Amino acid sequence: MSNETQPTADPALLGRLKEKAAWVWRETLKIHGVAPETRVASSLSPVEILTALYYGGLLRFDPRNPRWEGRDRLIASKGHGCVSIYPILADVGFIAHEELATVCKTGSRLGGIPDANIPGIETTNGSLGHGLGVACGMALALKQKRSDAFVYVVMGDGELCEGSVWEAVMFAGQQRLDNLVLIADCNGVAMLDFCRNIINLDPLDRKLREFHWDAVTVDGHDIAAVHQALSNCRRAGATRPQAIVARTIKGRGVPQLENNSLCHVKTLNQEQIAAAIGGQP
Amino acid sequence: MNPPASMTMRDAFLGRLYAALKEGERVFLVTDDFGAPTLDKIRTEFKDRFVNVGIAEQNAVNVATGLALEGFTAYAYGIAGFMAMRCYEQIRTNLSMAAQLRPLNVNIIGVGAGFSYDVSGPSHHCLEDITLMRLLPNMELFSPGDWVTASRVAERSLRVNKPKYIRLDSKPVPQIYPEDMAVTLDDGFHELEQGADTCVVATGFMTQVARRALAQTNAPIGLVDLFSFSPLNEERLAGVLKRYRRIVTVEEGFIRRGGLDALIVGLLARRGAAIPVRALGVDDRFIYDVGNRAHLHKLAGMGEENILQAITAPSA
Repeated sequence: MSNETQPTADPALLGRLKEKAAWVWRETLKIHGVAPETRVASSLSPVEILTALYYGGLLRFDPRNPRWEGRDRLIASKGHGCVSIYPILADVGFIAHEELATVCKTGSRLGGIPDANIPGIETTNGSLGHGLGVACGMALALKQKRSDAFVYVVMGDGELCEGSVWEAVMFAGQQRLDNLVLIADCNGVAMLDFCRNIINLDPLDRKLREFHWDAVTVDGHDIAAVHQALSNCRRAGATRPQAIVARTIKGRGVPQLENNSLCHVKTLNQEQIAAAIGGQP
Repeated sequence: MNPPASMTMRDAFLGRLYAALKEGERVFLVTDDFGAPTLDKIRTEFKDRFVNVGIAEQNAVNVATGLALEGFTAYAYGIAGFMAMRCYEQIRTNLSMAAQLRPLNVNIIGVGAGFSYDVSGPSHHCLEDITLMRLLPNMELFSPGDWVTASRVAERSLRVNKPKYIRLDSKPVPQIYPEDMAVTLDDGFHELEQGADTCVVATGFMTQVARRALAQTNAPIGLVDLFSFSPLNEERLAGVLKRYRRIVTVEEGFIRRGGLDALIVGLLARRGAAIPVRALGVDDRFIYDVGNRAHLHKLAGMGEENILQAITAPSA
């Protein structure tokens, strides 16, 4: 949890955020119902992160002008695990609600991985380890332009094994890119095993601090904590890139997925989806 | 008459970028800790536009991508073999793919094309970049043969809003074209010599070697300098080549793998032109032998003497 003392979001906002997060969670499962190709377990872990960004008054965006110069840039670097961004893009007005029923269908622009052909998506995603480096270039450019816009990157912990991530981590720290925020969705499971059994990066926040970042660890499903940590990233006086290590649960709220080291490639059938939606995350 | 002025392609190229920065152009230069005398001027006078990412080519391309997405003209500068291959997937995803959706001006400058770094061994020989970059949609691919052409490519890089791979020689090379060169880069080639039966098509440094070879014979041999694979006016090039009965391609790269020879064979075949093409280059091996560039060319069968043999001997 952050040791910074920023005001936690007010109770009314927190209530709305919780409702939105539950809705995004359900919609992500519904999308999996129409598109079993989607990586549902991976897409359920960043629900609160994405919800806090889009609905918590943190991310600046304009659905009528997706490339608005004053926007904050959000890079969904763990592309396959960001299908949960689709319902948000529909809800805030980047795409039509009806499109959510077309994910992975022939002729749809919404594939199994959000790409830059979709309004509101900045980069072509799916190949892991690119997002943070591209974000570094954007952050550098925004500083040169004297812009106060921020660059947010949502990344998975499996993705952290890519060497290019660490090239970018070192670079951002060296360049003091204080307009850059990395949110590591640490759900602890890669494709074949638990991350700790593959490459154990704990404690990640300490490693990032050693590379000249500010880093905090939060419960990634505690939306108040996530919101507060994200708010702190824009505090006055920060001089380093900001990292939030969000401890999350892959496939959260779905018994067949949670604590399953192979949940990344697990597909839910319609009954399992219906049963999950009937319950609460 | 003064001998042709020699200059490195990179100094000509970077010199143009330096001038562009002076003119206030929105340029960023990203390097993987690789330098040049002209680069020193840029990093001293334009500190905020010079970014050394360290020896990290993947990040060089990614950072350049981010800068270009924000509207800057970005250059990622390093040794050719590493800029082309260490970060090939970054180039594919973030440049080639991305440029299909929105304009993106990232220029990969690969210094040390072919056998430029002769005695450094096979890790520094770059024999794959033409084939690799030809493969990628939405990219421009330049392989200049002298510093005047390199300077023209620099000029183009400032105004054409597309990703580009620019392979430059590391050594000073003599001037081929006059500084007021009337040749347009859009054509992709120039017929330096018009000949009768046989035409040599060369790219990059091999245009220099081919010129030296042709100077040793009185036979009317044609010479085409192919300085750009994209853009390339294939129709016009086919029109030139169809005047000949034999063609010899020369490249500092692997042959029969999708490089210059494949380009020429393919464009002739698509037009039903049955002109035999003899490919000179490196055939199916790396070269560990130590020696200067002429020695390596000889080992690969692509030196001046090999070119002379190929243009005078009957088709192999």
